[in-house]
Amino acid sequence: MPKLTVDGIEVDVEDGATVLQACEEAGAEIPRFCYHERLSIAGNCRMCLVDMERAPKPIASCAMPAGEGMVISTKSERVKKAREGVMEFLLVNHPLDCPICDQGGECDLQDQAMGYGHDASRYAENKRAVSEKYMGPLIKTVMTRCIHCTRCVRFSTEVAGVTDLGAIGRGENVEITTYLEKTIASELSANVIDLCPVGALTSRPYAFVARPWELIKVESIDVMDAMGANIRIDARGNQVMRVLPRLNEDINEEWISDKARYAIDGLRRQRLDKPYLRGKDGRLHPASWDDAFTAIAARLKKTKADKMAAIAGDQIDGEAMFALKSLFDKLGSPHMDCRQDGAKLSAKTRASYLFNTTIAGIDEADTILIIGSNPRIEAPVMNARIRRNYLHGRTPIAHLGTAADLTYPVEHLGDDISVLEQLAAGKHTFAKLMKKAKKPMVIIGMGALRRADGQAVMALMHQLAETTNMVNKDWNGFNVLHHAAARVAGLDMGFVPGKGGKDVAGILDGAAKGAIDFVWLLGADELDTSRLEQAFVVYQGHHGDKGAQCADVVLPGAAWAEKDGLYVNFEGRPQMARRAAFPPGDAREDWAIIRAFSERINKTLSFDNLAELREEMVAGVPVFANLDEVVPAKWGKFGKSGKLKGEPVEAGLATFYMTCAISRASETMAECYSATKADKSVMAAE
Amino acid sequence: MLADKDRIFTNIYGWGDAGLKGAQARGDWDNTKAILARGHDDIVEEMKTSGLRGRGGAGFPTGLKWSFMPKEVGARPHYLVVNADESEPGTCKDRDIIRHEPHKLIEGCLVAGFAMRAHTAYIYIRGEFFNEGKVLQAAIDEAYDAGLLGKNAAGSGWDFDVYLQRGAGAYICGEETALIESLEGKKGQPRLKPPFPAGVGLYGCPTTVNNVESIAVAPTILRRGGAWFAGLGKENNTGTKLFCISGHVNKPCNVEEEMGIPLKELIEKHAGGVRGGWDNLLAIIPGGSSTPLMPKEVCETMTMDFDALREAGTGLGTAGIIVMDKSTDIVRAIARLSYFYKHESCGQCTPCREGTGWMWRMMDRMVRGEAEIHEIETLEQVTRQVEGHTICALGDAAAWPIQGLIKHFRPEIERRIMAHQAVTNAAE
Amino acid sequence: MSIQTIIAEDQPDSFAFTRESEKEIKKAISKYPEGRQASAVKSLLYIAQKQNDNWIPVKAIEEIAKRLDMAEMRVLEVASFYSMFNLKPVGKYYLQACGTTPCMLRGSDDVMRCIKDKLDISSGETSACGKFSLLEVECLGACVNAPILQVNDDFYEDLDYQSTKALLEALEADAPPPVGSVAGRQGSEAEGGATTLKTAKRSKKKG
Repeated sequence: MPKLTVDGIEVDVEDGATVLQACEEAGAEIPRFCYHERLSIAGNCRMCLVDMERAPKPIASCAMPAGEGMVISTKSERVKKAREGVMEFLLVNHPLDCPICDQGGECDLQDQAMGYGHDASRYAENKRAVSEKYMGPLIKTVMTRCIHCTRCVRFSTEVAGVTDLGAIGRGENVEITTYLEKTIASELSANVIDLCPVGALTSRPYAFVARPWELIKVESIDVMDAMGANIRIDARGNQVMRVLPRLNEDINEEWISDKARYAIDGLRRQRLDKPYLRGKDGRLHPASWDDAFTAIAARLKKTKADKMAAIAGDQIDGEAMFALKSLFDKLGSPHMDCRQDGAKLSAKTRASYLFNTTIAGIDEADTILIIGSNPRIEAPVMNARIRRNYLHGRTPIAHLGTAADLTYPVEHLGDDISVLEQLAAGKHTFAKLMKKAKKPMVIIGMGALRRADGQAVMALMHQLAETTNMVNKDWNGFNVLHHAAARVAGLDMGFVPGKGGKDVAGILDGAAKGAIDFVWLLGADELDTSRLEQAFVVYQGHHGDKGAQCADVVLPGAAWAEKDGLYVNFEGRPQMARRAAFPPGDAREDWAIIRAFSERINKTLSFDNLAELREEMVAGVPVFANLDEVVPAKWGKFGKSGKLKGEPVEAGLATFYMTCAISRASETMAECYSATKADKSVMAAE
Repeated sequence: MLADKDRIFTNIYGWGDAGLKGAQARGDWDNTKAILARGHDDIVEEMKTSGLRGRGGAGFPTGLKWSFMPKEVGARPHYLVVNADESEPGTCKDRDIIRHEPHKLIEGCLVAGFAMRAHTAYIYIRGEFFNEGKVLQAAIDEAYDAGLLGKNAAGSGWDFDVYLQRGAGAYICGEETALIESLEGKKGQPRLKPPFPAGVGLYGCPTTVNNVESIAVAPTILRRGGAWFAGLGKENNTGTKLFCISGHVNKPCNVEEEMGIPLKELIEKHAGGVRGGWDNLLAIIPGGSSTPLMPKEVCETMTMDFDALREAGTGLGTAGIIVMDKSTDIVRAIARLSYFYKHESCGQCTPCREGTGWMWRMMDRMVRGEAEIHEIETLEQVTRQVEGHTICALGDAAAWPIQGLIKHFRPEIERRIMAHQAVTNAAE
Repeated sequence: MSIQTIIAEDQPDSFAFTRESEKEIKKAISKYPEGRQASAVKSLLYIAQKQNDNWIPVKAIEEIAKRLDMAEMRVLEVASFYSMFNLKPVGKYYLQACGTTPCMLRGSDDVMRCIKDKLDISSGETSACGKFSLLEVECLGACVNAPILQVNDDFYEDLDYQSTKALLEALEADAPPPVGSVAGRQGSEAEGGATTLKTAKRSKKKG
């Protein structure tokens, strides 16, 4: 723990800290452009120069390890002059086009020029002009503004694990570009926009759309995957304008996936903004709420409870699921399920369906086995942690499932499910590594669990966990990787078949065979809806996607950004998403729709407002009370031994960009999809 | 004048055979085994005794530099890297060693590598020295064939490999950490220091980077003794040195002389004097392009060594002496150097990337007088803004020549500006 | 300086190393420890350039990346950083005239002027006949033999207008003269004989 003096203040810092960090510790603000806590140190901008006693010239504080007894000055005349000099150099070839730059108002260069810039330029030469570079549908480039800090290059190489970005040429002709101006083949690419300290890389879909000071900022949670990335939703008027990451060290640090950031234009398209009823002509016609409710009530009246079913979708908030479950409980139907894909997860043992290691815990794992998942597309930000773990310790990682480039080297075990038996029995070479490991970790994706033999897979995994150091009092390396944001909350509250109830497969089967007459789809679109043709279908949701197309009655609901709602991420961490805008037209918040309908059929639910609903919900599922926290789940028995089936193991998701009603409606996501197709597939197998 | 018997490079002009036979006839590879038998630390001590200061420009004591290498070899092997990326304008001495005395360099690699407990040396030669590289590679091959390199090199019991890598046109690779980056197959962009190469160098291993001349003189020093070398030259500026005398002299040449030789003597004795006579001298750049120029009056009594030149506000650098007579367009001569540094900036750090271009553009205007008087001040300030603020010394090297020009020739710059203004005023 | 301006417009569809090149590649890679094969990237770029009429097509960059297990971008960075890699075709005789101060003081302007007069090309251009390309380069490290004109791999030294003209004429006739000083100097010794090493034998004639 070196002790330093910064501007006369003594500070102790961690071993391995830099002078810059010591200065911050001492409360001295150090300007910087290239330095970033989460990237390697480049030391190239030279803005962070400080004086060190006995050093003949100022030192770059970001790159200098803090040493015992150093005496640092951040306020000397020499430091001030050095920084002013660097600032002037940064500005000589910068276009100073702030009025037409989207970075304006949130630009590091602009801000720091206020502190260190001159009021007039002494540069009498022609400024450098640099041609724009194509980097894909998400990133707009104005490369004349680039100050060559290389944050983008370091991010893509180090964090995202792709090598597309680089700096060609040399001297004043250095230019940042992708290889032959191809799209950056990463699901995390747009983070470079946040990292760019100037307006060289800005958001293409958001170009010239709004100024930061016009926006209302709401702190929320991403639902494009199940990681629960912390985001900030910026809205103007009633429109969601953009999504930015919010710092959360335990979850997403400060990154988000491109889908989290850019699927939002899907919120403006194909929206259900009024109720619809299917007419005699077989087409959906706009209707009033009253007509819609009447139609459903009439149908329900004719239907026995045993023939009713409810399926909850992948992006539904806990409150809506709780309301629908309460309604179906009241109606007396046991047929409900939140596992659209048929994952063989039991709601009984919480540890059996959580990512128990936690995301931050990945850093500690010393051996990793991935089964039936492509974490790169199912949870890209989490995947970057696995990559970091690998880079740190060359951690052995094995992958069973469809071959894919995960951005780190893996031992590919093929896609034959029988390998699992060898692994569980300790016969496989990688099982030996797992056995030796102090903190082994397994990640099981939906590709391994939605199979007919999912229960047997779980049993084998349980066996593997029991025969290695995977689960003990300090470590739980057993992890299920969900990609549906709603799933864990659904399992937590028991949105699964009750006694004698049917699961999704049973419901669809029943609907096709007449055993089920009435199906309530709560935002459920990832189903084979052709099997619902004979049943009466209520679709409650926000997009005219698959579910709405097969519905007899459509109830327009609010999308996640238009309501306050509870989501539990795959770690089991409950978090609140917040409303950034109002739902369009006649659409309403989902819990309220269900509450209103319950009254119509005289099955009035017991809560009158959201607060009461939550109180009831938390009473039933106490873990929901621990907002933002992970309560370790108790280990227990799960799975059911059985014969494995022959089908190859797939990933949980096959593609990244268009995976839900919102992202399928997003033009930006569609563009990304075709851009990656054009550039050879991102997911191209090795 | 240095006696021929004290000259190390006896084939510097290539009169004799550069190959192994010729080299051995000149005393190279003579019982190298015995030198190595003295042990790692003894060799380092002997080098310290010699007082040899690095011949690549910075003048850091060579023996001391070698002693920075870890005394024990851990998991990471040690490397010797020889900087043969000779590119400093005015400097062409290493070229002659490589093409005419390659075995001095190769033998030097073995003794230096052994001293620092390295089994491998990489010689990084500038790409333009294609033919020189061929000669050196042939000499390396010869040395392998003769058992002087490879397993049990020269019968010493020490295994030693020497490999040659060609650069590809980048002055910055003469900076030791840029050179290491380039050796690793990357762009030649200097690294941040610390860590220094002796701790974390090539492939993350302990590494020492030495100039060709520093390595090539080592075997002779070790044979004749550090005291012999220290007895030549001046205190703290010992030994012999290859000087390159270019520009406006009657007979440009390379010559090995004693450190501390008076500049005037050097030029008059070996280079046929200044074109048009000593009184026709305008200024001299004493140590390669980055050292600030000296006007004639400073040159009169100047001696060629690190300390005297430093005291005069310039430096010995690589001992590349660029002589300029009174016919020289001195502003253009320096402006051309500014262009050089702009062209060779790696582009990594802000002050150098942006500053070298700005300085050159201003200098370019000053050549024609297309400037305002106050811009001389701006130019001077810009050089100060670059100096000392960059990752490596290229920023300083770009700043110093301009500072030297302004210091000694400001009236000339002003004259041009006023002349240009007079012409434009008259035209209006 | 976008990518389009630094690489050739017409690119071949494929690139394969010749057998001769493969041998050189093997040798180049063998110099470096295992896993450090990227160290050979400049060597491979040179090999590709030599094989392909003195310029490197994009397909070669990609092939080299594959060979050395490097990212294509990293190879392109290297190829565009160093001035001796040509990413566009050059003439049969690639004239690289040093223009840095030591050469300038000794008359590099005259060398350039001669090239302009004879071939009508300036720096960065290729002659109408396609045989000559010219680039003004930075210090070639032969300053006491200034001015220098590098023709492909060879240095011609101590040039002036007349000798440059003679050199260009010889090249036009595909009869390159011996490399080195055109003034007949041996290495870097002073004209008319060195002032030192009086006792040393001259076993070799100049050249």
